[in-house]
Amino acid sequence: MFPDSKIPEGPLAEKWDKHKFNVKLVNPANKRKYDVIVVGTGLAGASAAASLAELGYNVKAFTYHDSPRRAHSIAAQGGINAAKNYQNDGDSVHRLFYDTIKGGDYRAREANVYRLAQVSVNIIDQCVAQGVPFAREYGGLLANRSFGGAQVSRTFYARGQTGQQLLLGAYSALSRQVAYGKVKLYTRSEMLDVVVVDGQARGIITRNLITGEIEQHAAHAVVLATGGYGNVFYLSTNAKYCNATAAWRAHKKGAYFANPCFTQIHPTCIPVSGDYQSKLTLMSESLRNDGRVWVPASKETAERLRAGQIRVQDIPEEERDYFLERKYPAFGNLVPRDVASRNAKEVCDEGRGVGSSGLAVYLDFADAIKRNGETWVSQKYGNLFDMYAKITGENPYEQPMRIYPAVHYTMGGLWVDYNLQTTIPGLYATGECNFSDHGANRLGASALMQGLADGYFVIPYTIGDYLAQTPPKPVTTDHPAFKEAEAEVRARVQKLMSINGTRTPDDFHKALGHIMWEYCGMARNAEGLRHAKAEIQKLRREFWSDLKLVGTESEMNQALEKAGRVADFLELGELMIDDAYNRNESCGGHFREEYATEEGEAKRDDENYAYVAAWQYVGDNQPEILNKEELKFENVKLTQRSYK
Amino acid sequence: MAGSNPNAKPMNLTLKVWRQKNRNTQGGIVDYQVKDISPDMSFLEMLDVLNEDLLRKGEEPVAFDHDCREGICGSCNLFINGRAHGPEAGTTTCQLHMRKFSDGDTITIEPWRAAAFPVNKDLSVDRSAFDRIIQAGGYVSVNTGGTPDANEIPIPKEIADRAFEAATCIGCGACVASCKNASAMLFVSAKVSQLALLPQGHVERKTRVENMVAQMDKEGFGACTNIGSCAAECPVGISLENIAILNHEFLAAKATSNNLA
Repeated sequence: MFPDSKIPEGPLAEKWDKHKFNVKLVNPANKRKYDVIVVGTGLAGASAAASLAELGYNVKAFTYHDSPRRAHSIAAQGGINAAKNYQNDGDSVHRLFYDTIKGGDYRAREANVYRLAQVSVNIIDQCVAQGVPFAREYGGLLANRSFGGAQVSRTFYARGQTGQQLLLGAYSALSRQVAYGKVKLYTRSEMLDVVVVDGQARGIITRNLITGEIEQHAAHAVVLATGGYGNVFYLSTNAKYCNATAAWRAHKKGAYFANPCFTQIHPTCIPVSGDYQSKLTLMSESLRNDGRVWVPASKETAERLRAGQIRVQDIPEEERDYFLERKYPAFGNLVPRDVASRNAKEVCDEGRGVGSSGLAVYLDFADAIKRNGETWVSQKYGNLFDMYAKITGENPYEQPMRIYPAVHYTMGGLWVDYNLQTTIPGLYATGECNFSDHGANRLGASALMQGLADGYFVIPYTIGDYLAQTPPKPVTTDHPAFKEAEAEVRARVQKLMSINGTRTPDDFHKALGHIMWEYCGMARNAEGLRHAKAEIQKLRREFWSDLKLVGTESEMNQALEKAGRVADFLELGELMIDDAYNRNESCGGHFREEYATEEGEAKRDDENYAYVAAWQYVGDNQPEILNKEELKFENVKLTQRSYK
Repeated sequence: MAGSNPNAKPMNLTLKVWRQKNRNTQGGIVDYQVKDISPDMSFLEMLDVLNEDLLRKGEEPVAFDHDCREGICGSCNLFINGRAHGPEAGTTTCQLHMRKFSDGDTITIEPWRAAAFPVNKDLSVDRSAFDRIIQAGGYVSVNTGGTPDANEIPIPKEIADRAFEAATCIGCGACVASCKNASAMLFVSAKVSQLALLPQGHVERKTRVENMVAQMDKEGFGACTNIGSCAAECPVGISLENIAILNHEFLAAKATSNNLA
């Protein structure tokens, strides 16, 4: 029996309002009797911690960074969507809802997405009130731009650093609560397990990354806002520390993991330059508003270009193939990310790629510069152009950027119900850490929206419903479950330290990333997935017998931190492969080569796969159990996505 | 892949790296050789190469802070050849590429040096003093919900842009590390300016500046003597003008203080 997703009854537009009325409330005097742990201080975590503390709960906030402001939300560039319709161009809550469901290739829950669209308008108000300096027009009102998968301009932005400004806003709200004593902040603390007491989440076990101390923390509820797992691929646009450990530990304690194979490959990243590459850098999707994507029309021209016989400037207009504009005239360069990425891969596979590796396409601003001038382009995208120049040593004002798709975001994550509660009562998951809103593909500028929606406007209501039904008695770490969880964590850390083999954590991580990118990346097929599963199992055995670490666990030991995260990636990677193998259809970011239309587009199978695949852990080295949550579409008609 | 360096050949380098076991022990410089470094590598990727090497040999890798490697999280903080974030202006350590160096170079790598930033280990320092300064007042006191419509208060574009420029501070601490007094004035001024410029921040502008400056002093940062090395070395170009705004805000607040205590 699948756990209840708790979607409220009634018409779509009324569900959230009704639900807010029906949830139980904790009276103001009782709120101070409840403790809530929030793990992660990115947009979803900082906003939740601040908002819960403002309500009166005692919050403990944890981050493995030296400061909450370092969370990877800070690196989001392009913007945040909101159905404000300030541009009078036909936007509405319903349109944002519809675009998000369609963009997600009909694999998200209607009720969650509608709520997201509803609260999106409040987010902008909240951020402006905090002093977030969004871009403005000369009249003093807020500016907007358009993003992939939408035909309206609903994206609010702060040059190319919107995530930074939003996170600093949430961080300031969090800091204010720290000053008031309502939030106790634990920096450089990594969560290594969740503690479950009588079936309910009652705390976490952490490791202090400076001293190595293992600590127990108790609370009435735990919120995980620990981000996505894109780093399973080793190379991704994620920050180096981004990892799945908190979510994966929760999974192994009973939280279902949903749609792990839904990963997003972002079309506009700076291509790989060598084996030493440690991460990939995103060039914001907003660039596709003014940049035109192209490759040489013929393989021969591309070959001559790669060999250095001709320069890009020498290629005449008629020998350029603006393939997105050609194939998708309605959306052009602004097709959703999965479509743009697959098309880039396709032209490179045809031998028409550029750059010395041939694994790149051009993103060209020559027309925009001709039309509006270099100053205009620089005002809009200056920091992105600078970053590109620093990394590549090339000047993008003079020659087109080279871009290639890279892993960017994970739509899958911990399964949550409408209240954002996982299958462990009292354990919540917000932001990228959960699976709920983006289906099989996330639209640009929607991650910031979701993180802040969850933290500012959803969890403060829904967690109250749970706490109101929990006695306001103090919670302590006295229960034996804490001791057991701590002992497990210690044993695991000591196991890692004692293998004494020959290969480094990064070495294993790179090997894993290679398998995942090759067989579970932009295109997947059954045979490749079977092969990858065996490869990962082998790699995991090698990891546990040949890992090399030095130093001790009772000090700052960055290689040990890394090893623990890689160990979890090695398990999660296999589940992603199982999930991709199980899903015999193509949808959004999940492209199974066996399931494509004649034109090569993703071919869904709504009859058999319109469900959320929620995986249940049952024990080490045992196949996980697949639970299916049927997706009911009552307000949108399922159609083949078309951006032509 | 062509970089800007015409001699894009692999390099061999000598590194002089600060090693320190923890906060309570004495540290010192240790020499290392790294070979076959590609000019297209980032500085941190070069350190990754060193660390992989050390680990394989059974030696302890060099601890350093880093995360996004895109120049925005503010984690990375290396003092390279006597300059915060190294020789390239307007660049964080993670965005510094090896094409800025030459084969045979000796590179000295140290942590930020400031009493308010104690060393955790090797090149990693504790910058929580910055968090405590923000906690002292670097915010607008609004709770979640009940805020007016975002377009209710128009803000002139020029003002919004200036506030944004100040708000782009990444909190890395290069300003402190570059200042002979280890002053945190540029960091504090960036937040004070941002919020003083915006109408949303006006209500608390006096208490904010007073409390933030008081916390800055309490943390043990030095005084500002208007040398300007902070702004010169800031990787994101926070302007010295912000310090002028901070001084103005501080004096105005002191002269007409709301702080009745």
